[in-house]
Amino acid sequence: MSSEANKASIVVFSGDMDKVMGAFIIATTAAASGIETTMFFTFWGLQALKKKVPTGRTLFERMLSLFLKDINGIGPSKLNMGGMGRWMFKKMMKQHEVATLPELRQMAIDLGVKLLACQMSMDVMGIRREDLIDEVTDVVGAATYVAEANQSHITLFV
Amino acid sequence: MAEYTPEKTLDARGLKCPMPVVKTSQEIKNLAVGSVLEVMATDPGSVADIQAWCKSTGNELLGMEKGEGLFKFYIRRVK
Repeated sequence: MSSEANKASIVVFSGDMDKVMGAFIIATTAAASGIETTMFFTFWGLQALKKKVPTGRTLFERMLSLFLKDINGIGPSKLNMGGMGRWMFKKMMKQHEVATLPELRQMAIDLGVKLLACQMSMDVMGIRREDLIDEVTDVVGAATYVAEANQSHITLFV
Repeated sequence: MAEYTPEKTLDARGLKCPMPVVKTSQEIKNLAVGSVLEVMATDPGSVADIQAWCKSTGNELLGMEKGEGLFKFYIRRVK
């Protein structure tokens, strides 16, 4: 079973609550199934790793910072309605006792899922390492992801 | 009923996907190879998922009981 190619790698490009949730659900399940799992967070996906802090130094970076959330702040890809949708979905998920997004991220960390952050996106958006949670495994480039993906039976782009 | 004597019982009642599988994977690591874990779940999706997880991980699903809204799984740790 555990051949050298038994890995899973997931690109998290989106920063939407529902999409990030799907990514974490699959990542935790893969890790729980004994598959070495890597998540590569790029562009909007970096919000899933961001602390609730203002980011950026330049004018543009600080303007962008106003729209960058943390894992609790990101809203669904549809029907967000200025935050109403986020509130509604959180309520509905709680009613159904579904694990929350922060719980899923913590579970991924506990299961040893590697959380990689994209260096280039961070540079462009003015996000520094200290703006991200400590549990981020590494800050890397596309080649690191490709090397992981090349050994993975499961590769997803979310 | 009890053809297997479970070493431990995991109460996964009320948990939704992916938690029954995730908790099972964590719990079974605490058992010795050869021991049996009993998992109680209420999520109907866990019926297919626990079987799939056993297939992925190579652990053995000894049996399954379906009651009124409650599912019990008996899994032997193989490795």
